[in-house]
Amino acid sequence: MPLPRTRGTALRHRLAELRGPDVPAKALDARALAALAANPGCRRRAILDGAGVNKTALASALGSPSAFGQSQFALTRGNAFEAKVKADGGAELLRLVHEKLDRAAEPPAHARVPELTATGPEGRTARTALALREAIEAPGEWTLLDHPMLALDVAGSPAFLEPDAVVVHPDGSWTVVEIKSFPMLDGSADPAKVGAAARQAAVYVLALEAVAARLESTPRVRDRVLLVCPKDFSNLPTASAVDVRKQRAVTARQLERLTRIEEIADTLPAGTCFSPELPAAELTAAVESVPATYAPECLSACELAFHCRARSLESGAVTSLGRSVRAELGGLTTVEDVLSAARGESGDPDDPAVAALRRAAQLRAEAVAGCR
Amino acid sequence: MSLISTLARLEAVSTGRAQPAATVRHRRLSERPLVFVPLTTAGEAGAPLGALVGTDRDAPHLLVVPQPRDRDLRFTFLSELADVVLPYIDAHAEDVEAAERTDTDPETGKRVKVEVELCADAPQLIVPSRAGVEYVRLLGRSMRFRRTAEQDPEAPYPAPPRVPLLGRWLTHFGERARVPGSSLLLAMTDVLSRHWATGQSTLEDQHLGALLAWIAPPEGETGAEAAVRAELARDRDGQLLCPPAGPATDPAFDNKLLAPAIERYDRARTALAASEDGLEADDRLGGLTAAEREIRALVASRTRPTWDAVWRGLDLLRELPEAGRVEERWTRDRWSFTGHRDRVVAGEPPQPRRDDAVTAANKLAAREREQARLEAQEALDDPLVMAGRRLAGEAFAGEVTDVVMAYSEGKRPSPRPLVTVRTDDRPHLGERAKVFRSLGGKPQSAEFVGHEGDSSLVVLRVLDKMGRGKEPEEGSVPQKGDLVCFTLFEHEQRGGAKLPDPEQTPWTHGGPPGEQVSEPADAPTQEDVL
Repeated sequence: MPLPRTRGTALRHRLAELRGPDVPAKALDARALAALAANPGCRRRAILDGAGVNKTALASALGSPSAFGQSQFALTRGNAFEAKVKADGGAELLRLVHEKLDRAAEPPAHARVPELTATGPEGRTARTALALREAIEAPGEWTLLDHPMLALDVAGSPAFLEPDAVVVHPDGSWTVVEIKSFPMLDGSADPAKVGAAARQAAVYVLALEAVAARLESTPRVRDRVLLVCPKDFSNLPTASAVDVRKQRAVTARQLERLTRIEEIADTLPAGTCFSPELPAAELTAAVESVPATYAPECLSACELAFHCRARSLESGAVTSLGRSVRAELGGLTTVEDVLSAARGESGDPDDPAVAALRRAAQLRAEAVAGCR
Repeated sequence: MSLISTLARLEAVSTGRAQPAATVRHRRLSERPLVFVPLTTAGEAGAPLGALVGTDRDAPHLLVVPQPRDRDLRFTFLSELADVVLPYIDAHAEDVEAAERTDTDPETGKRVKVEVELCADAPQLIVPSRAGVEYVRLLGRSMRFRRTAEQDPEAPYPAPPRVPLLGRWLTHFGERARVPGSSLLLAMTDVLSRHWATGQSTLEDQHLGALLAWIAPPEGETGAEAAVRAELARDRDGQLLCPPAGPATDPAFDNKLLAPAIERYDRARTALAASEDGLEADDRLGGLTAAEREIRALVASRTRPTWDAVWRGLDLLRELPEAGRVEERWTRDRWSFTGHRDRVVAGEPPQPRRDDAVTAANKLAAREREQARLEAQEALDDPLVMAGRRLAGEAFAGEVTDVVMAYSEGKRPSPRPLVTVRTDDRPHLGERAKVFRSLGGKPQSAEFVGHEGDSSLVVLRVLDKMGRGKEPEEGSVPQKGDLVCFTLFEHEQRGGAKLPDPEQTPWTHGGPPGEQVSEPADAPTQEDVL
């Protein structure tokens, strides 16, 4: 349901204010979305991503620079591999789609590769939607969309996403293609990397479904995506169909759970701004005005993680040791609370968590003392 | 994570220093381990950049690939690696002792004892982190199917002579590392975090520098401060002071230092190839050597800190006394090593790309069994581990308050004494649950009879290990006032049901694997050859 126009404009203004004057918005990519969906309770990440704040610059301005970066070797190799996969009008790519996903269809002897260039993300999104519509109107043909642009509504603001490719099958169904440069060795790849690729692809599937829903014929978006990787130690492409139904469901649910960005924006004090130009103290105060939900998993997914970690440690939160730790400790959330409860200085002895803690502390002390 | 280890982590946070997670060392450390610190090229599969390797902490071998995409240089690296690793392995393969093994006689089908050789000691490979273990597997896979010129004169790019053999050994080490409790190939971060609880999450424990910072922080600094410094501190050029333990390198290093150096090397090489006369070539060869020396210095600067950290980790671990049952598990490692030595000597083909159904099922069963064995043995060796099991209700300890003699019914009554134990633990004892205690290293079993009065008095009926006579043997029954510890889990693991021979694989599992064919090497591709 489209929001009334005035409200949408107001939100956009508000987000631009948060970003700071003349700071361009940073587009949300699928990787960031998947990471956001992995920690849906984090309001800080939701508002910063929603407002298009450049978190890398923000983290550096806060004095806790992020450690993400890509080696130029990996970049070169990744680009070379993608170019190889898509060479020759995507012949090899379509062959793999046919072989792994749609053997019943006509083999793709030739395919339509529509031009998708346009100005601005909105223009490219519209161009992609048009190309998809045209592809359905040409049944019996294969169509390859090279770097299409899709829009997905995230917590009330649009995110523009760029999958590596989308293939339209002769039967009119759509497949997301994800090209990665980690190897598939003897038919299997690093499960952590495959998992990340699947979560990313699931975001594309969701965005494609939104496009499909707007078409009259509502074409089917296939829930199996094609993961293309280099084979063994070579750079020859090999592919595997990956079922992303689970990731799709999880991501969809988490995206729904994301607190509306508007609501978060309304809780911020007037004049809050995240521009990296601001002095560190002011910026820290602005960032601290939105609560974060730090867990160690953030370290591999969020640019701001080191800042949040330092804060979490300062406040003595037990979650900085891992989410599972908190589950064991019941209502005790800080290190000092837990330790004083374990020493018997505080806490209700009838609380099962406290009782277990005291017993654990006693057993541990006995065992360690016995060996000295 | 159990509550006890969580508590240890929290104590580490508040004291600023890692706390013991074990009171004894649960892994074997060889007197002369081979430490291996590899680096890989980002984005490439199995393209090593360099390594430090050796058994002498003061004199590691530095191996470097100045242009990781060049197949010939890669082969030179692997061949140099083989020159260090294989003599180390061979030295252990030669020293054997006689042992017995039960085998099925192929003619009679009976189980008979056969005299076999068992290597007196096994080699031990130590890498900095878990990613290093995976890298050993990957290197093994990339080499074991290669063909040397001698094996196959037609091979388009023959591998140097000992490279395929190194591949088979590294594959074996990588495979063995998946068996719980084995010590043939160890990741330093895993072993350290087994023995110490730090004040950070298990994820952050994967960083060797940070882990060591918590265990042995520098004078006047807390573990937390030192760990953050190890993780994040950079010099003026933006390079990490404590480089990642590898095999992946820091992107900032790749982009700022390594890439320009490789480019200079490439240019020097092109120039050398284009030189027109001997004098010019001499001159340009100097340029190439200088460029290569520069890359060597870069690789050395990124591996040496990790190398020193691994040895520091070994020092720390050696301070802990070895646990009692480690020797037994190490003997299993020796069997595994001897077995692979014999397969190599017998001229068997390299390990296949995929295991057949029976081999795969056997491996899984073995890993499960070893996991259970490891858990039981660690608890029996270490009161701190046992404390965790007691807290979880899987064991209980206490004082014997009463012993009543009783006998089994039947023609020859045997002793079945009733022992009452007072314990503060809360074991999950079901009706007639079996419990075990260690008696002279052997498990003695008893069954739960009931509680006497309140639940802190547990009555047990001792069932075995009391000799054949009517009266139990001296010392085989606990006495009043004895301190005892019973476990609800078994101490020794029984092997599962025997699987059929591979030739008898049922059709449900793909049928017999058929004739073993020698697997082809990976086909060379264009960009392997510059």
